[in-house]
Amino acid sequence: MSISFDTQPPQLSGIGFLRWIWRQLTSMRTALVLLLLLAVASIPGSVFPQRSQNPLKVNEYYGTNPALAQWLDRFSLFNVYSSPWFSAIYILLFISLIGCVVPRTWEHFKSARALPPLTPKNLERLEEFQEFSSNQSPEEILQVAEGALRARRYRIRNLSDSLGAEKGFIRETGNLLFHLSLILLLLGVAFGSLGGMRADVIVSEGETFTNVATSYDSLNTGGLFAIDDIPPFTITVKKFTAKYDLVTNAPQDYQLQALVVDEPGKPAREVTVKVNKPLTFGDTRVYLQANGYSPIVTVRNQAGSVVLRGPIPFLPQDGNLTSTGAIKVPDMEPQLGFVAKFLPTAERTAARGGFSTYPEALKPLLDLAAWSGDLGLDSGIPQSVYRIDTEKLRQIGLASLAPGQTWDIPGGVGSITFDGFTPWVNLQVVRDPGKGFSLVGAIAILLGLLVSLFGRRHRIWVRVSQKDGGTIVHIAGLTRSPGLDEEIKSLASVLQMSTKVEGER
Amino acid sequence: MSKSDWAYLSNDLIYASMAVCALAFLVFAYELAWSIRVGEEKTTINRREKVLRVAQALTILYFLILFIGVLARGLSAGRAPWGNMYEFSITGALAFTFAYLVASLKFEVQWLGILITFSSLLTLGTAITLLYVPSAPLVPALKSPWLVIHVAAAIISGGVFLLSNCIAGAYLVLEQIEKKRDGQRPLWAQRLPKLETLDQLSYRLVALVFPLWTFAIIAGAIWAEAAWGRYWGWDPKETWAFITWVGYAAYLHARVTAGWKGRRAAWLCLIAGSTFLFNYIYVNIWGTGKHTYSGL
Repeated sequence: MSISFDTQPPQLSGIGFLRWIWRQLTSMRTALVLLLLLAVASIPGSVFPQRSQNPLKVNEYYGTNPALAQWLDRFSLFNVYSSPWFSAIYILLFISLIGCVVPRTWEHFKSARALPPLTPKNLERLEEFQEFSSNQSPEEILQVAEGALRARRYRIRNLSDSLGAEKGFIRETGNLLFHLSLILLLLGVAFGSLGGMRADVIVSEGETFTNVATSYDSLNTGGLFAIDDIPPFTITVKKFTAKYDLVTNAPQDYQLQALVVDEPGKPAREVTVKVNKPLTFGDTRVYLQANGYSPIVTVRNQAGSVVLRGPIPFLPQDGNLTSTGAIKVPDMEPQLGFVAKFLPTAERTAARGGFSTYPEALKPLLDLAAWSGDLGLDSGIPQSVYRIDTEKLRQIGLASLAPGQTWDIPGGVGSITFDGFTPWVNLQVVRDPGKGFSLVGAIAILLGLLVSLFGRRHRIWVRVSQKDGGTIVHIAGLTRSPGLDEEIKSLASVLQMSTKVEGER
Repeated sequence: MSKSDWAYLSNDLIYASMAVCALAFLVFAYELAWSIRVGEEKTTINRREKVLRVAQALTILYFLILFIGVLARGLSAGRAPWGNMYEFSITGALAFTFAYLVASLKFEVQWLGILITFSSLLTLGTAITLLYVPSAPLVPALKSPWLVIHVAAAIISGGVFLLSNCIAGAYLVLEQIEKKRDGQRPLWAQRLPKLETLDQLSYRLVALVFPLWTFAIIAGAIWAEAAWGRYWGWDPKETWAFITWVGYAAYLHARVTAGWKGRRAAWLCLIAGSTFLFNYIYVNIWGTGKHTYSGL
């Protein structure tokens, strides 16, 4: 990067001023400041909850600290990494980078074909200066020096009484590769988020999921994502197995066995999905992200006919899968709703109420609170399927059911039977068309870094002059990397050695 | 041997390594105290040299015991011993000591031993008292070959970063001392390397390990893509790894391109290094996000 120290804007207008701005922006100092600023700017995102990662935490923050939260939101502190100020910093940084690296790449390309520089007048002022005399002719000395340096992959420039040698172009090549690859990485990130999508869907055991936009529970798409890009596969969840540690209750293994049809008409294939083994359909991958239980219930009305039957997914609240959910029965008059809690391994204390002590269903229990009235489903406002707004409802009874038990709801409203339960899995469907570019960029970054940090760039000059029938040899060099001293020492000893051999003959 | 036998053996070995490490620390401290009292008197230099060698030998012994202890921990769990913060800490102390021992083969850094043994003792003590969790299998997200690759790269980078920080810290202290005494060092500090050497050494360590840190982040991203469905998500641990990366990138730029040296460079090195420590301690224990494997 170019180092510029002129900080006073010149008395120029128009183009001159723009040029000055450009020079400032692409200066090394600006780049350094922007780089450090980027690091500082990313700190708040690890302090405040972020919408992109945990929207519930943001809502919680709003609940406990509404006034402060509003102000934080005004400064995008819940969306740090997509905020205008964060974007401004990295866009400026990348402009600065491009403005600096592209011209330098061109320079480097040109100089790769140029000869090593002319021999400076005063070699004794350079690094590692050496002087000795030899009984060989100047031409012979230069010839030996050239041979020795070429063997070490130096490029040589022959001059009348001296030679210049240079090696280590690769160091700057690596440096440029590193910076150019950073740009590629960023392009990959941008392309991935623009052309990509991310969706979640909860599927109970036994159910089939068809990959179309309408089957998702939630969907986020990039600006350039076309709905047609969704590959038309289906996944039938055959069996989900979770293994837990008996002492710590920590999960040990999740395994999903499923039938996959890649596109309509194709034969089904059996697959196993694990946490580190997603399913792949081209650019799109399907991840096993979470799991829980769906209690299976049957609700009957006064007349005894079934008004609701099936598995209803509940949301886990802790590591032992204490799960809460809502059973909504709109087809009754008045409407009926159950605020429910599913406990895989049930335990009850006065202080905590019902909770689960182990994530596997060893002693399953379904706690129910029945509510009667208006569920508010016709208001047009979308509501959560896991929650019931009890504002317009009246509680009519409480019960706790084991599998197979039926509860006759007080008041002769009807009955509910807890038939059993089935596990569900949360499948995350992700498309990221940019990740290949990012990966190539990242590998090239590493490669460029290694070359630029460990490549050695040296320049060495050898000058010969005749004095009293002998030859005086001067050697010196220039470098920014270690090892020049040894290079020159060994070159000098090669030249002195050839002198000695000649002398003994 | 059964798995719990290995777990008990590992615990015993960790305690044993701490005892030897404490001993090494005392010998280093004894030698330092001696040199402060008598300075560079010729008569004692040889004898003190021997004491220093004893301390160094004890450090090697401590390292070997700790190595077997970490190995036994891995055998007890049937996996790489990098599943929770206790295991990260004992491996971290191992990597840190290893970095010191390797560096002392090539550079004159034996004098750092007192700092190394002290901070290892602190790390191991914290690990076994506050961070200890029983040996257990991994949670599903950690079951991947990337665990070994990503965590090994991160731990080794961390060890070398911290070593470089120790040297940068020593630079700042010695510089301050020299400044107060018009460029003169007190007797005890005279055998320590010159300021320029320290400056260069801390830079070379960073330059050596920065690519490895870059690799650790890339490996983590590849793994995250397979386990969590995205390769980068600004998870707190990722954010702070990025901050450390940017910090050291700025440090390297400042040195190589802008020619920073000495005090300013040492401070930048310390700041970058402290973001690493912060990431390790704060984000692991109190942070939220996907990297909360401390098991606490």
